[in-house]
Amino acid sequence: MLSLIKTAWDIFLHTFHKRVTVQYPEEKPYIAPRYRGRIILSRDPDGGERCVACYLCAVACPVACISLQATEDEYGRRYPEFFRINFSRCIFCGYCEEACPTYAIQLTPDYEMCEYTRHPLVYEKDDLLISGTGKYHDYNYYKVAGIATGSRGKGEGIEEEPPVDVRSLMP
Amino acid sequence: MNSVVMPLAVIVGVLFVLTTVSAGLIWLERRLLALWQDRYGPNRVGPFGLLQVLADMIKIFSKEDWIPPFADKPVFVLAPTIIMVTAFMTFAVIPFTPGIEVADLDIGVLFFLAMSALGVYSVVLAGWASDSKYSLLGAMRAAAQMLSYEVFMGLSLMGVVMLAGSFNMRDIVEAQRGLWFCIPQFPGMVLFFIAGVAETNRLPFDLPESENELVAGFHTEYSGIKFGMFFVGEYLGITLISVLIATLFFGGWLGPVFPPAVWFFLKTFCFICLFILLRASYPRPRYDQLMSLGWKVMLPLALLNLVITGGIILIKG
Amino acid sequence: MATIYIDNKPYDVKDGGNLLHACLSLGFNLPYFCWHPAMHSVGACRQCAVKQFRSGHDTKGRIVMSCMTAATDGMRISIDDPEAAAFRKSIIEWLMTNHPHDCPVCDEGGECHLQDMTHMTGHVYRRFRFKKRTYLNQYLGPFLTHEMNRCIQCYRCVRFYRDYAGGRDFDVFASHNHVYFGRHRDGVLENEFSGNLAEVCPTGVFTDKTLKKHYTRKWDLQTAPSVCVHCSVGCNTIPGERYGELRRIRNRYNGEVNRYFLCDRGRYGYEFVNSALRIRAPLINPSASHNGGGGPVSGGERVAAKEEVLRYLSDILYFGARAIGIGSPRASLEANFALRSLVGAEHFYMGVPDTDFRLVTLIADVLRKGPARSPSLSEVEAADAVFVLGEDVTNTAPVLALALRQAARQKPLEIARKLRIPLWDDAAVRNAVQNVRGVFSVAAPYKTKLEEVASRSYHGAPDDLARLGFAVAHELNNENPAVEGLPDEVRSLAVSIAQDLKEAKRPLIISGAGCGSEAVIQAAANVAWALCSGKRQAGLCFAIPACNSMGLALMGGGSLGAAFKAAREGTADRAVILENDLYRCAPEEEVNAFFGQIRHTVVLDSLATPTVAKAEVVLPAAAFAEADGAMVNNEGRAQRFYQVFAPDNGIRESWRWLRDIMIAAGRADVREWQGLDNISAALAETLPVFRQAPEIAPPAGFRIAGMKIPRLPHRYSGRTAMFADITVYEPKPPRDPDSPLSFSMEGYQGQPPPALIPRFWAPGWNSVQSVNKFQSEVGGPLRGGDPGRRLIESAGVKAPFFKDIPDAFAPRTQEWLILPSYHIFGSEELSVLSPGIAELTPRPYVGLNAGDTGALRVSEGEEIAVAMNGAEFLLPVRHFPELPSGIAVLPSGIPGLQGLMLPAWGALAKRKTITVTGAT
Repeated sequence: MLSLIKTAWDIFLHTFHKRVTVQYPEEKPYIAPRYRGRIILSRDPDGGERCVACYLCAVACPVACISLQATEDEYGRRYPEFFRINFSRCIFCGYCEEACPTYAIQLTPDYEMCEYTRHPLVYEKDDLLISGTGKYHDYNYYKVAGIATGSRGKGEGIEEEPPVDVRSLMP
Repeated sequence: MNSVVMPLAVIVGVLFVLTTVSAGLIWLERRLLALWQDRYGPNRVGPFGLLQVLADMIKIFSKEDWIPPFADKPVFVLAPTIIMVTAFMTFAVIPFTPGIEVADLDIGVLFFLAMSALGVYSVVLAGWASDSKYSLLGAMRAAAQMLSYEVFMGLSLMGVVMLAGSFNMRDIVEAQRGLWFCIPQFPGMVLFFIAGVAETNRLPFDLPESENELVAGFHTEYSGIKFGMFFVGEYLGITLISVLIATLFFGGWLGPVFPPAVWFFLKTFCFICLFILLRASYPRPRYDQLMSLGWKVMLPLALLNLVITGGIILIKG
Repeated sequence: MATIYIDNKPYDVKDGGNLLHACLSLGFNLPYFCWHPAMHSVGACRQCAVKQFRSGHDTKGRIVMSCMTAATDGMRISIDDPEAAAFRKSIIEWLMTNHPHDCPVCDEGGECHLQDMTHMTGHVYRRFRFKKRTYLNQYLGPFLTHEMNRCIQCYRCVRFYRDYAGGRDFDVFASHNHVYFGRHRDGVLENEFSGNLAEVCPTGVFTDKTLKKHYTRKWDLQTAPSVCVHCSVGCNTIPGERYGELRRIRNRYNGEVNRYFLCDRGRYGYEFVNSALRIRAPLINPSASHNGGGGPVSGGERVAAKEEVLRYLSDILYFGARAIGIGSPRASLEANFALRSLVGAEHFYMGVPDTDFRLVTLIADVLRKGPARSPSLSEVEAADAVFVLGEDVTNTAPVLALALRQAARQKPLEIARKLRIPLWDDAAVRNAVQNVRGVFSVAAPYKTKLEEVASRSYHGAPDDLARLGFAVAHELNNENPAVEGLPDEVRSLAVSIAQDLKEAKRPLIISGAGCGSEAVIQAAANVAWALCSGKRQAGLCFAIPACNSMGLALMGGGSLGAAFKAAREGTADRAVILENDLYRCAPEEEVNAFFGQIRHTVVLDSLATPTVAKAEVVLPAAAFAEADGAMVNNEGRAQRFYQVFAPDNGIRESWRWLRDIMIAAGRADVREWQGLDNISAALAETLPVFRQAPEIAPPAGFRIAGMKIPRLPHRYSGRTAMFADITVYEPKPPRDPDSPLSFSMEGYQGQPPPALIPRFWAPGWNSVQSVNKFQSEVGGPLRGGDPGRRLIESAGVKAPFFKDIPDAFAPRTQEWLILPSYHIFGSEELSVLSPGIAELTPRPYVGLNAGDTGALRVSEGEEIAVAMNGAEFLLPVRHFPELPSGIAVLPSGIPGLQGLMLPAWGALAKRKTITVTGAT
């Protein structure tokens, strides 16, 4: 019985507490760098597109709001022909970023992207691709992938031996 | 002439003030809850967010007035009006100030009890007419809960009636000159307050609605203005119980310095805030806990209060 | 039956089979790489280790390779044993040391056996911190990409390519941990089954190059069960679609038909569906009416709405009009039947070249009236003596040739049996057999690829081949007429072949329409029937021209010549042509004359062919992947194929168009043809031979637990973004009134009935190897029986032998007998529109033997004038060493040489002045 009254009293005392609400938009809150906001596609340190169009983000997406088509340049470097995110469906869960094997797709602290209609929320690759490396600065997938692209041949990647000489009988 | 215009003016005035107040309570409740939860509540529309009520009203009036095809249509429409009507009717017997009262009935307290019993119909019929399992469950709970709490609600007021020697509200207020009944009838007041909370389906006794289990209980299928009527009806109920506590236990308009209307308003306001504080503080009990509290604790206490009060009056002679 | 104990629980398994096969058949998840159900065990990868115990008291046990251990009664093994599990895990870790980090850009990713097995063994963390081995890749042609870095040295590719499919230009090179799988140098893989390497390879060393051009992961492909349309074998396939485009074909296991492998034509011929030549909306070209064929489609035609077209058609095809229908061997049974219903049975013509008409009708008769049964491909594989008479099987029915290659091994396997080597012990069996050839005789006009496995071969003109066949039949059974004037060496060959066949338990005769000779077919029938005396059953299998030739032959109808005659005589003045290019079926002038006599021509087709250009009304027909229907293969097996994706608005199934035309023309009786099931039922009712047609697959109303079977995998991605650039409001998925499959991810997720399997997938098994989980026994029939229903059975009674023995071929002095030569890439009409196939299609040539080239004083590659059927071509000469003298060959059906009615007599001359004139 007394505890009931004490509860009510404690609640009543909150009248004199400081309020925790942040008065957005007059007051901007601190957003951590790993906040899950607007999705971007980043680039390698050498400026190439990081996305290799592996479709893992698309399949990880619980609302299936990512669609893309893979294609290759003349050197065999794979990239998305188109890359589309329907932000009117996106729930900003970050699974795409988690699934991405090349750090290409990243979520950013920008969350101010409201629109009055849904159509402007469909972002194409032009809207998504940024010029920087995003949160991960040094990673360059094609340097460790083991396949040949324009910038490097077989055996020229990190931790790779030169190509096997098939005609050699040396042990 | 004056004998016709004055009562009419009083009636219209009372209706206007009550409607406005109960609508304003929506804002008040949201602001107070926010205050006690370290938030702001509605503070964007108009000064202090006061126009939020207006915005809500516009919204609720312009919403589609949907009646489910499976509902029992006449009853479905009738139910929300009952709660409004009964609540308004009860205010007829309240003496707001020495001069402002709609009907000075000798059986004022009984009239209130009768109207509050009728109010149950609103909830039960709404639940029944909706033809939905959640609504029906809510209605069943409401019927059981309100009937149970009705019993000792009446009994808890009998102490006041015995002390005042009258069912007339004005007489009861007058009888409190010198000592408010909240002192001699402290148990009665607590019991009445608890019963009042239960009667208005307010938290923590909002089992007929209990949104976690029953979606929205008896008014699950309601929308638009009909839902709005339930909503306003609930706030009218809060106002009514607060007004009654002020009248029956805290001397109504009585008080020094300030004019009677101010005193009456202040006292009522305090109890309204208390209602909201309850909502902010307590979780909802289980249904069986609610029932056993009513029958096993409250009813015996009310009877005991009655016996002791009667005994003291007898001894005092 | 043997009882073995796996982790202390008893199971009944086949005695003498290998443990891996037994465990997988019982549904256990046991990882493996080098073992393949069609190629058996070699014990190379050490991945399938289990622990074997001597008895119930033995707790120590020893690790054995399950694929190399025979299951014996009372055997006790453990799969879950920690030591065995750790062993398997460490094997994977070893394999992964050099495997690159390129899954994201690997086309195998998501359906990779190596990924599955790595996950299954629990190897999740790579401890290897040193440098990785790398290889240079090779160019292997338009079908396969090569990425050797990914190789795990399981040897499956080389075992398939060399041992199973008989290829020679692919091998394993180098030594120790540097072994290399590839060709001796860059170049197109020669074998017709090279595409299977993409499925055989457990990881991404070989992947589908055509898929790479529009790459899509397995989980993003909309798939449905389908049937290959590129030859008469009717292999079961799984086409996959994404963004409204057909993306690839994968094999769909059918224990009776194609089993594990497809040919490259079937696998890579699909791209015609995406061709720019597709007709995507109805066209009306009024200028083409009355004047005997208008200009090309790009002339006066205009795109019309469906209703307008139907109104227009109802005007020209009103009930009772003198309309004829020309069916198609590449259209479904239902489409042909709808056309037959539209014009009436007596006005329905089969729409095949007149030679084919005679041959296929004869073949259908032979199979139904004689005692010899047409075998399924699995029965073909089991044949222990084969006689191929007059057919270039490798190029006309490639997967049949692959089955025949296995049949050629049946007799030599006796050697292994005698040595008590279990037949699944592949390396030991092949060591024991060495290069011993099976009982396999090939007689063909020119040297065919199957002669690589043949013990006897013979080359001759079709008439000489027939005479050889008749001679063999005579040796087998005296009721057959004797062949007069046979050279001694041919007679002794006939005696030996007859002896071979007589000694066999399951003899098989293969022939077909390839020679264009009825006598060859009759001779083959005589041989098979002669073998059928007594208890022994002989198989008789024919390769026929197109995917539904047999269905059309069973349906019956007039020949194309009869249709032309009707037009000439004026008894017909309107023609409805179904999915058929008449310019491939008859000489150009005849077809032009026909169009000149027809007032109104309606063509339903998926592709803009020269015939379409003559049409007044063109209706866009669905290609196989966009349509539902049934086809009958050369065995007589009716098989259902399903719509893989809903095509563009204008395109509809031919039978739907024809039904709507009938309704528009006031035919009330077809109003109830709401879906495929109704038309299929009507077909069964009208033509008794098809009475089983509705039973080949579950009806459209079929549901499992109230659910349809989804065409989309449960991981399908991008649904809410695919069309978002057009509209953000996701369109409703198309409805499918014709089948129990839905265009959705929602529905029954378990294993559907075998005819409805849209893709092979099982939990933990994302690769094609998941087919194990759908079979009642690994390598056996699918659970619930292999799909398809045989519509024809042999009569089982003796039939009178054919008596018309042709005279021996006599070369003429100024003329050559021109025969068709077949090319897997090029001879078939649809597949040649696929870029990959087109790349490998030979240029037109004329084939001659060395003696004839000498007589004509031309050298190989030099151009020579060929005059035949009133047309003249200038073609380079190609040597056909084994071709008999007096015979020339022209490639059949390849672009530039369509519509040649072969065989025919023609003149060859070395001339340099004439200009090139193409046939079409």
